[in-house]
Amino acid sequence: MPTMTEAARLPELTTDDLSRYARHLILPEVGMEGQRRIKDARVLCVGTGGLGSPLAFYLAAAGIGTLGLVDFDVVDLSNLQRQIIHSTKDIGRKKLDSAEEKLSALNPAINLVKHETMLSSANALAIMKDYDIVADGTDNFPTRYLVNDACVLLGKPNVYGSIFRFEGQASVFATEAGPCYRCLYPEPPPPGLVPSCAEGGVLGILPGLVGVIQATEVIKLILGKGDSLVGRLLLVDALNMRFRELKLRKNPECPVCGTNPSVTELIDYQHFCGIVPETPQEKSVKNGIPQLTVKQLKARRDAGEDIFLLDVREPYEYQIAQIGGTLIPQNDVPNRLGEIPRDREIIVHCRSGARSQRIAEFLKQSGYKDVANVAGGILAWADEIDPSVQKY
Amino acid sequence: MIITIPTPLRVYTGGQQEVDMDAPTVAEALDSLTRAHPELRRHLFTPEAKVRAFVNLYLNDEDVRYLPAKAETPVTARDTLSIIPSIAGGASPAPGRSSGAIVR
Repeated sequence: MPTMTEAARLPELTTDDLSRYARHLILPEVGMEGQRRIKDARVLCVGTGGLGSPLAFYLAAAGIGTLGLVDFDVVDLSNLQRQIIHSTKDIGRKKLDSAEEKLSALNPAINLVKHETMLSSANALAIMKDYDIVADGTDNFPTRYLVNDACVLLGKPNVYGSIFRFEGQASVFATEAGPCYRCLYPEPPPPGLVPSCAEGGVLGILPGLVGVIQATEVIKLILGKGDSLVGRLLLVDALNMRFRELKLRKNPECPVCGTNPSVTELIDYQHFCGIVPETPQEKSVKNGIPQLTVKQLKARRDAGEDIFLLDVREPYEYQIAQIGGTLIPQNDVPNRLGEIPRDREIIVHCRSGARSQRIAEFLKQSGYKDVANVAGGILAWADEIDPSVQKY
Repeated sequence: MIITIPTPLRVYTGGQQEVDMDAPTVAEALDSLTRAHPELRRHLFTPEAKVRAFVNLYLNDEDVRYLPAKAETPVTARDTLSIIPSIAGGASPAPGRSSGAIVR
């Protein structure tokens, strides 16, 4: 929890503040002292995307004194369906710069700190130590474990939110008495088992809902008022508009926040999540599977070679764009091996090359002798071979 | 007993969000569930038939692993078993930026 600064040492409110935050000042739960606590607070938002957009907006509106933003990404058209802090004119621009512009326009008085970097074990502790609270709006498992562990090690609360399609989760981790992310999920899923938003899709409004829940929890922690989500997992089902709560317990045997922690410094989270970085020599073969470029695939097809192109995407993706492969969605492959000939070369593709790599490895393990993966998938085909193929 | 199926796994239950299973314990309910929907098995259980570490099971609002009888806890028709998997979505990376090293 942030240290309760003596009322006398809290920053004073300016005349502008008194007008701007008038609606806060008359709330018994906020008042002058609460608003001064908000002004004193330093909050780090990890990610300025789907969750980060509403999170940062509302924290800036509330008058958070120092708002740190972490992002290294650039605005893309497909972001604008939900990342409302960015505008059409920002496409191609750094998300941090875009976010800074909108947040300063909303509230010029707040101190915005940009951290243009990918959070890693090498920099997380140094970046996070200057803040009181961390709000996690990231999009991948390694970073979630990294943020959690760093928060526990530094003693900073981790206001957590995550989304998938129509469902969201929110909680507050890493407080002294409460559980941490690893108490709930001691191990990450193997890579490829849980689709990202880019592959699973996400309802645009959902991060709006969950991001504001996160902002609410940040403000409550600062004010020390209300019942926070410490020890509770809020589940949001936007499709049916149902909210549920599950009890979370601190695991006494948690390797990070338990009574005998075995994790006392940040680890290699990519490795923890089963992601092995490729070295340059390995680019043409990965886990025993030859990697075909789309140019090579085109050349083979043009030459009339007898290849079997297996498309392991979902039917709705096939409807958006396809390059003439035989569609067997990845999860059906084990049950439909009879449709995949064993006496021909099987070339597997998906959207970007990740699912197809997994299926290619599975086929190899199932005894197929001649299997290759299309590196970069249908996206690479659209980029390099045929721009009329719709990217998504 | 109602078993709630999370979004990522609904494809294996024919799209059903909830499945009604009559069973005396949590363990047997899961067994009945995976017999009725066999493709669920490898997502919920390891090959050694242990519940996968990134899948949480809640009986009503309590985590099953913290219940005294764990998966052998008896259940009634009025209980709800929820399957809660890890999800990580927050903001997605720009398409085409993914390298082989980043989880997709």
